[in-house]
Amino acid sequence: MPTTDFGDPRHVSLLVEQIRKKAVGPWTIMEVCGGQTHAILRYGIDQLLPDSLRIVHGPGCPVCVTPMESIDRAIQIASSPGVVFCTFGDMLRVPGSRGDLMQARSNGADIRIIQTPLEAYRIALEESSRGAEFDRKSGRQVVLFAIGFETTAPATAMAIRLAKQSQLDCFSALVCHVLVPPALEAIFSDPLHGIDGLLAAGHVCTIAGYRPYESIAQRHSIPIAITGFEPVDLLRGILAVIEQLQAGRSKFSAVNSYEHIAGIDGNIHAQSLVDEVFEISDQSWRGMGSLPRSGLKLRKSYASFDANHRFEFESVVPREPSICRAADVLRGKIRPIECPEFGKRCNPSNPIGAPMVSNEGACAAYYIYQSLAVRKTQTLEI
Amino acid sequence: MCLAIPGQILSIDTGGPLRMGRADFGGVIQDVCLEYTPDISVGDYAVVHVGFAIAKLNMERAKDILATLENLTIEQRHADN
Ligand code: SF4
Repeated sequence: MPTTDFGDPRHVSLLVEQIRKKAVGPWTIMEVCGGQTHAILRYGIDQLLPDSLRIVHGPGCPVCVTPMESIDRAIQIASSPGVVFCTFGDMLRVPGSRGDLMQARSNGADIRIIQTPLEAYRIALEESSRGAEFDRKSGRQVVLFAIGFETTAPATAMAIRLAKQSQLDCFSALVCHVLVPPALEAIFSDPLHGIDGLLAAGHVCTIAGYRPYESIAQRHSIPIAITGFEPVDLLRGILAVIEQLQAGRSKFSAVNSYEHIAGIDGNIHAQSLVDEVFEISDQSWRGMGSLPRSGLKLRKSYASFDANHRFEFESVVPREPSICRAADVLRGKIRPIECPEFGKRCNPSNPIGAPMVSNEGACAAYYIYQSLAVRKTQTLEI
Repeated sequence: MCLAIPGQILSIDTGGPLRMGRADFGGVIQDVCLEYTPDISVGDYAVVHVGFAIAKLNMERAKDILATLENLTIEQRHADN
């Protein structure tokens, strides 16, 4: 099905019209997916909404929420002799305490950009087939930087299971996977969170299902809609949230506006391999600190593939640049354009914080589509 | 990392260790792992994330959504005239 079907301007106008009629706010709606952040700004969805609706962006960019200590670790591993370090391209320029992976690469580290964790497995397989000199004992290793949400964890799990099946000793993973619902719990537990409704990330729910969002909606009195990435998807989601707000129900729920893709129970095949390979653990998030049961770590039966056990780390106390307001951006407290450094000292060629680096980061999205966003702020101020 | 566009499955290969397929994303052809979508067949549309098909697009539901919007659009136009 051509995706343009979900961007038909007539359907967009109809949905915008309905939203305008029903949005008696002021209401603030948070979305929590980097892909959606960019879609909202790229299609100018925020421009189409009435001034009574404000969209803010939560901790939905996987690159942005990966903590600085993980970047520091990644740089140390990648810089170790004999390591082939495999990462998604977005991670290269995310600032660690002392530089980034890009600098490590220019200093000679063998860092390969991958599109899927399976590529890291294949690199390891190829390298190991070259001969006995490429193995753990001689220090030659392929390491996968495994970041991302519920959506990416199944891909990592598959690469690790394949490595175990093929007894690929030279393969390991630096696992930093995080889970969305515990981060939302943390945000909504702050009595001053200021969020009236939530758009839940369609692809996260496609994997993990959306039962946890039902309970978040009820416990925190937040109407939720599961949404996709096309203009019609996003607008149907926004409409589903404001219809609940307008009805002023005492009990809100999670409505599935991505019903052609996501089901309530998610993808059970993916969940079952994730459960075989990983267990839930506490995890630290950039800008949010350590959150209980918000991440994944390798189970004992897979622990030999944990890069944390294979490398020595020099402890570096991570220091976030104090001028960066990423913590407030990731909690939806401010929009990127409200950060004093936005577009001034901080821009995609000279990013101060992670949200300005990643393709999915909110600050980068506003920078790329800046003129539209600034126009909207001016309208709001009139 | 999120490829929002569904890709159409062109072929499926079950000969290797993983069930793999080739998918057409609006003219760009890519390899896709189909291990998590055992129900997917050639011709179906798949939602893909970091090289893995994570769901099959339910065509009937998608058509229903669009048909409902189309009906409302027509009703709206009549009301406006
Ligand atoms: S604009 Fe730059 S400094 Fe400001 S919050 Fe975003 S990344 Fe940090």
